[in-house]
Amino acid sequence: MTDMTTKFFAKGAQPSTHTGNRGLQIEEPLIFEAGALETSGVDFEEPEAFESRLGDVERHDSIGLPGLSEPETMRHYVRLSQKNYSIDTGIFPLGSCTMKHNPRINEKMARLPGFGDIHPLQPQKTIQGAIELMAVLSEWLTKLTGMPAVALSPKAGAHGELCGMTAIRAALEARGEAQTRRVVLVPDSAHGTNPATAALLGFEVRAVAADKDGTVRAAAVREALGPDVAAMMITNPNTCGLFEPEIAEIAAALHEAGAFLYCDGANFNAIAGRVRPGDLGIDAMHINLHKTFSTPHGGGGPGSGPVVFSESLAPFAPLPLIRKDGDSFALIENESETQGEHPFGRLVAFHGQMGMFVRAVSYMLSFGVDGVRQASEDAVLNANYIRAGLRDVMSQPFGDKVCMHEVLFDDSFLKGTGLSTLDFAKAMIDEGFHPMTVYFPLVVHGAMLIEPTESEGKQSLDQFIGALRSLVRAATQGDAERFKGAPHYAPRRRLDETRAARQPVLSYSPAQSKAAE
Amino acid sequence: MAEPRYTSDHEYIRVENGIGTIGISQYAQDKLGDIVFVELPAVGKVLSKGQEAAVVESVKAASEVYAPVSGEVVEVNEAIVANPELVNQDPEGNAWFLKIRIANPRELDQLMPEQAYKDYLETVE
Repeated sequence: MTDMTTKFFAKGAQPSTHTGNRGLQIEEPLIFEAGALETSGVDFEEPEAFESRLGDVERHDSIGLPGLSEPETMRHYVRLSQKNYSIDTGIFPLGSCTMKHNPRINEKMARLPGFGDIHPLQPQKTIQGAIELMAVLSEWLTKLTGMPAVALSPKAGAHGELCGMTAIRAALEARGEAQTRRVVLVPDSAHGTNPATAALLGFEVRAVAADKDGTVRAAAVREALGPDVAAMMITNPNTCGLFEPEIAEIAAALHEAGAFLYCDGANFNAIAGRVRPGDLGIDAMHINLHKTFSTPHGGGGPGSGPVVFSESLAPFAPLPLIRKDGDSFALIENESETQGEHPFGRLVAFHGQMGMFVRAVSYMLSFGVDGVRQASEDAVLNANYIRAGLRDVMSQPFGDKVCMHEVLFDDSFLKGTGLSTLDFAKAMIDEGFHPMTVYFPLVVHGAMLIEPTESEGKQSLDQFIGALRSLVRAATQGDAERFKGAPHYAPRRRLDETRAARQPVLSYSPAQSKAAE
Repeated sequence: MAEPRYTSDHEYIRVENGIGTIGISQYAQDKLGDIVFVELPAVGKVLSKGQEAAVVESVKAASEVYAPVSGEVVEVNEAIVANPELVNQDPEGNAWFLKIRIANPRELDQLMPEQAYKDYLETVE
């Protein structure tokens, strides 16, 4: 709150208001700082002849719950929701994240009582439809990937990695090689979760450098291979938005050396319906349902990361297994009920993210195989449309060549302007765009990774390209103030990321909030 | 002070009386940006050349600091754990990461003297 002693249009400053609100953009306090206790709750009269038996453990102080009336509570959450940015607001070009189109019919399906109002401990004969849906999803995933088995239970991508790599470890144990094969190869452009997963399972990580063109050479993998290598984890298409052209050769080299190939399927949205990972020699791959088969990603999730397995890993897939017996479906939950499989255990208490399964199946059935293929083609087309619209003013680290579902630029076009990738990204907020992914992948200097959703139309892509072209022009013509101070129009100006990381305040206390004022 | 030698991963080492002082180069801190977190190894840990010795995290990225040569950790610089910004201010001076007792001095021959490192930086820019 300001005291209005500064003029509304003080030179060089933002217009100031009494409330701190800007137009109808409302400043919202924390819920603990809003309202007052006397506006909420119920007043009981003190009962007559009441005698507390709590003794000295009776509470005298407030427990610090917020006190908001119903209208105040509604306003609080509605205002917060209005500050959210999602694919329902506008283009959300976060590379490596795939902000997936989520058709509304999926939401309707997920809320059907037969899917939405059931409990995982219900007798299986009362939830046959739900188990059948899981079987249908499994069939789609195995057909689309050309791999024979699937575990639906992993809750998201990194959990899927853990699932796939645990199956690989189980297969090595069965071969008596778990103690000798201790190394996992990871390309230096990998998602950070890949080496983290390997390390979590006790493997040692060995980096494989990418070639000058941003992809991994089979020769480099062969050089890193040895009798100590358990597996390689690779993302394909990779985090530079490029398809790994030597993936089949890499798989063959690994198999010849007795190792496995894990594929991070985060970018499956670029190739679904076009390429079957099983044909490439991949042994295990997670599929982020929330990045490839809809569900609201970036809106808080949840995610879902089923893992498909090759013939050699299929027996080690975790419980539960889904079995069709005549017209009925069963979830196999105990190892004693398995038929020759050796599940490595189970990953979650129940069966996975049921709501996400429903959305994915709804997406698959409404799109059809041809629709799934076209969605992948559109994702690649959109990324290349942006690439073509910006390639003469921005710089591509690996030369001017066709990308997959995301296009990668580096910061060399900003050379001499005194501006950084971060400055450029923040200025996009003023133009009404959520910035792209920045400074990732790490192997590219000042990386800007743009991934448009496949459902973006030409008009929206043209506006995005136009805004970026105009920002490039402003940057190269010396309009540094626009960037250095950006964002100018957001509810908050440039946040101090460094201080937030060095001195994080992770819990709320009234004293702390006073001190910060 | 002894002449530093550098790796292609931008670590440096200065050797005095068989003890090597290891840190990251001025170039590395500049490329990383504001450093917000440093993790150092335990004293007594035996590192082999190229093994991960420490972790440094900036607002942009987390990176490993690799041992330029093999040896046993004899001292770590707790000051940069408490105040990671020191690495931005004085990476090749007060903000060293760790000291090791060098196991095989001949490994030093594979590292770049200052001028060679400067030439190398020209090629990576």
